[in-house]
Formats: sequence, structure tokens, C-alpha cells
Amino acid sequence: MTEIIVVTSGKGGVGKTTTSASIAVGLAKRGKKVAVIDFDVGLRNLDLIMGCERRVVYDFVNVIHGECTLKQALIKDKRIETLHVLAASQTRDKDALTKEGVEKVLEDLKQDGFDFVVCDSPAGIEKGAYLAMYFADRAVVVVNPEVSSVRDSDRILGLLSSKTRRAELGAAPVEQHLLLTRYNPQRVADGDMMSLDDVKEILGIEVLGVIPESEGVLTASNSGVPVILDDESNAGRAYEDAVARLCGEQRPMRFLEAPKKGLLARMFGG
Amino acid sequence: MGIFDFLRARQKSTANIARERLRIIVAQERSQRGAPDYLPLLRRELLEVIRKYVNVDQDAIDIHVEKDGEHDVLELSVALPERAAGAQLRAEG
Repeated sequence: MTEIIVVTSGKGGVGKTTTSASIAVGLAKRGKKVAVIDFDVGLRNLDLIMGCERRVVYDFVNVIHGECTLKQALIKDKRIETLHVLAASQTRDKDALTKEGVEKVLEDLKQDGFDFVVCDSPAGIEKGAYLAMYFADRAVVVVNPEVSSVRDSDRILGLLSSKTRRAELGAAPVEQHLLLTRYNPQRVADGDMMSLDDVKEILGIEVLGVIPESEGVLTASNSGVPVILDDESNAGRAYEDAVARLCGEQRPMRFLEAPKKGLLARMFGG
Repeated sequence: MGIFDFLRARQKSTANIARERLRIIVAQERSQRGAPDYLPLLRRELLEVIRKYVNVDQDAIDIHVEKDGEHDVLELSVALPERAAGAQLRAEG
């Protein structure tokens, strides 16, 4: 049974690709056979975050157009054997992706015995984002505790419950999860950032995880190593927790409290 | 909280402002979700017709579709100006 997970958000720059890479790695580390697909046609980036940019020969659009086989286009990860990356095309042709083409690729991945397909959605609500979510069984909606991101993700939640295959067939709805990223507990404590509870209350869906704002995310992307593989960083550990929850484990939320201040810092309000 | 915090200007937490603004806009956008695409145009044309007879504001028309069992009910309410106080044109169908 293959499960299709879309990582989406509406707004750009909130951490979709970082999240897709880390979720795919986290699932593969658990022994699952995983493919992660970049749906951002024209703006390929997942390959950089995964650290396989120099090994891209064929891409998603080549497969859809029958210019190569799916097997040729899937890039095997060098760290985890069961992990595969399908890069986006750099073409400027917006209509390069078709619903039938995407369906065929997903069907072939099912036949190949993949356990999970992670679809990294582009920002916006155009065709690429629509196709990334259309066939999904579950959705991870990435949101920053910030007004425009929260509003856009509510829009995406609406689309997930109306513009997906599950919605059109009247099947069980796409399972929705919220992933709060770039969370800064200190700013929450200062009243300058909405809290986990605020966002949860506004959007009204279950929370898969909270990823603290962390230097580790930038250093990970600099070196092409998904941040979940950095167990020194809080963001990496929070992603590990989120993947465990995705697999049905119960784990308490971590990194929600600001680090305790010293006496001097407390006296002078540092 | 530092002992010199009272020197800073007291202000309402911006996180609370964000939450309240979002609560309102999200509720409003959800209420319009799933409504037929022709609603805005219908609203504009109805407004033009009504304006031939009564001088009403741009936002005097409230129009939405509600589910009532098997049927979809198009509910339209028009607030008439002060002069005709209390009068409300209401049509359902």
C-alpha cells in the first residue's frame, strides 16, 4: 500500500522543501521505500536540499513525456538506500505537468512497491500546487506563526477538502496535518509571535509538529544534508519527532519553551 | 521581565492583534468557501437593478448560499438606506 503525502503551504518560503526532504529522509531511515518528488517546475530546488544536484540527468517532465523511464529518472540517495529523488524540470513551460502524466508516475511508483511518495508542492495555488495535492492521501501543511502564512494555509486547507481526487470521488477526506516551522519560543513569550495554541485554534486542525527557528536549517541546506540528519540541531530533532508522529507514535512536543535566562539577563530584561 | 521593563512603552501584544485579525478574516473567508463562482457577478448585477429604484450602498447587499437539507438556498438581504428605516427587502429561493 503506497501512501501519497503532499507537503504544501500556499505561501512561499515557509519551509516546504526543507520539510519534504526531512520527512522523506525520516521515513526512509525507518526502512520505508520512499520517493520524494519536486513539483516546482521551472524552479527546481529539492535536489540542492537533498544534495544530489549534480546527479540529475532526467527529471519529472522527461518521465511524463516518455523521454526516459521512471527508473532512469529516480536518483538513489547516497546515504539511505531506500530513498529516491525525482527532480523537477527546469523548463519554463507551465503546462509541462499533466494530471494524466502525474497519475501515471504515481501509479508506476505504486507498482514498484514504494511505501511513501512525498510530493513537494510549489508555492501558490496554480497548476503545480494543484497537481501536487490532487492525488494525496495525507497533507502536511507547513505554516509559519505569521499572519499571511496562516491565512494562506487556511486557503490550502479549503482546496484540500474540495479540489483533490478524494474530495471528487467522495472518498475519505485527505488527512490534514499542521507543521509549524520557524517557531521562536522567546518571541512567543514576549508576545511578539503567535503561539502554537493560537495557530491551532485559528486553523482548527491537528498539529504534527513544531520546528523551532534554528541555525541548523541554513547550515544543513548549505551542505546539502537534510536537517533531520543533524541530531545536534533542535530543528533536526523536532523533524525526527514529527516523522515519528506521522508513523503513529506518540511523542510530546519539544522546544516550545524559551531557554531559561541567567540572573543578570532577567534583571536587565536582556 | 526585567526590572527596567516599565521604562518601555506598554503596548498590546502584537501576537494578540495578529490572532484577532486572523480569527475574523479566516471566519469570513471560510463562510464564502464553496459558494458558486457566479455569486460576485450576481451580486453586482442585482445591485445595479436595485439602484435603479433605491439608492443603496455598495455593501448594502448580503448574499450567500446555504444548505437546507436537500436544497441549496440562495439568501439575499438588502439593507435600505436610513430614510426607509427598518425596511428590509428579503428574497429567498
